[in-house]
Amino acid sequence: MKTNLAVEIGKLKLKNPVMVASGTFGYAEEFKDFMDLKKLGAIVTKTLTLKPREGNPSPRTCETSAGMLNSIGLENPGLESFIKDKLPFLKKLGIPIIMSVASEEEAQEFLELVSRLSTIEEVAAIELNISCPNVRGKGKLIAQDPEATYKIVQEARKITAKTLITKLSPNVTSIAEIAKSAEAAGSDAISLINTLTGMSIDVEQRKPKIACGIAGLSGPAIRPVAVRMVWEVFNKVRIPVIGMGGIMDVQSALEFIIAGSSAVSIGTANFIDPGISAQIISGLKEYLTRNKIADIKELVGSLKI
Amino acid sequence: MKNFQLKAKILAQTRIKDNYWYCELDAAQAAKNALPGQFINIRVSDNFDPFLRRPLSIHGANGARIKILYEVVGKATEILAQKRKGELLDIIGPLGKGFDFRKEGSGGRKPILVDGGMGVAPLVFLAEKLAGAKSQKPKAKTLVLIGARTKEGLLCLKDFKKLGCAVKITTDDGSAGFKGRVSGLLKNLLSTLQPAACSIYACGPQPMLKAVADIANGSRISAQLSLEEHMSCGIGACLGCVVKTQDGLKRVCKEGPVFLAKDLIW
Repeated sequence: MKTNLAVEIGKLKLKNPVMVASGTFGYAEEFKDFMDLKKLGAIVTKTLTLKPREGNPSPRTCETSAGMLNSIGLENPGLESFIKDKLPFLKKLGIPIIMSVASEEEAQEFLELVSRLSTIEEVAAIELNISCPNVRGKGKLIAQDPEATYKIVQEARKITAKTLITKLSPNVTSIAEIAKSAEAAGSDAISLINTLTGMSIDVEQRKPKIACGIAGLSGPAIRPVAVRMVWEVFNKVRIPVIGMGGIMDVQSALEFIIAGSSAVSIGTANFIDPGISAQIISGLKEYLTRNKIADIKELVGSLKI
Repeated sequence: MKNFQLKAKILAQTRIKDNYWYCELDAAQAAKNALPGQFINIRVSDNFDPFLRRPLSIHGANGARIKILYEVVGKATEILAQKRKGELLDIIGPLGKGFDFRKEGSGGRKPILVDGGMGVAPLVFLAEKLAGAKSQKPKAKTLVLIGARTKEGLLCLKDFKKLGCAVKITTDDGSAGFKGRVSGLLKNLLSTLQPAACSIYACGPQPMLKAVADIANGSRISAQLSLEEHMSCGIGACLGCVVKTQDGLKRVCKEGPVFLAKDLIW
């Protein structure tokens, strides 16, 4: 049986709905020994900022039950070094590159970054990371405020013709409300979820296990929360949803698709099984064949309730 | 260097003593180019408990075999120790950058290996490579300084001796060898040697490495330190294990675990 895995996110055409999530795949080069990178639907890069960022103090990560905490703090080489050192490798892959960008501190920098990246042909789309829990902004994240979300997306929309994806935070009361703001402001797609804020304590030392105290929780521990949020957002917006949060295998990827994700992102699983995305892609194909579904799009939001 | 993810068959799994275990894996691809100081990242369980892989130093590589030496310290190593000969282990390796020892042994400087606790695991492998280097002059004979909390924690003495190394021991409680820290012993010994004719290789707990770095930097001796940091991915993606160096932040799993003492900022 012939099955179709291709999906569209804004202007972006993906040969399959499996991408890798920002911050879990570096700039792809680290994974070249473990899988054929050309198989991926798309790569979402480690979040880039205009200027280089050192990130947060160590320890930055720790293991938790069925998950992990991280507080990297958006360490990245900045735009210029990225273009010089990282982009050439990504270009050669010939698959869509989605640039994750951020600037909690300064909206102007955010927009300059969007505008600069818009001039790079190989950049297929831009993901606005307005939901990193590990950067000190003005107290509140952009993604925790529907108006701030609307404003930044609208500004970005004015200056780029590239597909614009807005990445949302689960650390909110109503994620659907924020998603609607992003949609109204012109976002082409919504990606969710970023990490849930959490904390883990070394009881002997009575100190947090992460230097910054509070960090972002990822892994299968957060999956039910993520699936629920995808379902809520899917029911409130018309633009495509990119779902992520603890996808470890094909079953968990399918949960997100059935809940309403047009595409999925593999995140923390890359740390444990660096070639897992390729297995998920073939697993999706197998599922479609087994269930006599011709096109993966039929599965999106097909939850029976 | 290319890395491999593979299912390695356990060829040997023996308890050396107490909580210390020795294991041999059939992992031809990873063994082929493995260097002392590099590590393998092991997944001990498929059901996310423990969730992350565990990095373990390569203790030796011989033909298709990778050797590891480990102490049972928590859930992951407990599960590892329960695995038996014939079982498969999901490993990634050889990871990281190892010791650079190519200039040693050929009448060059005298290698001094400084081990604290489980730091012996990669340093036995290094001593093997140094012993294998040809035309080693007697003056350049490898000196090994081993430190442990008590004599029960002393490992691999025979291995080092078999390789022709001179071995000196310290224990915190004085139950074997000199009483005190291995860094103290290093300091005393260096006063009798020509610093310019020595080079230090060290692996052990962070306070020990810091003390070794201070001594080495103070007497301008080249020292390579193998660091240990909590790692989430081991392949350079998560940026969780970074350390400060003169040249900015570096990943212990990728640019390390071996760093030059003079480059590190503590």
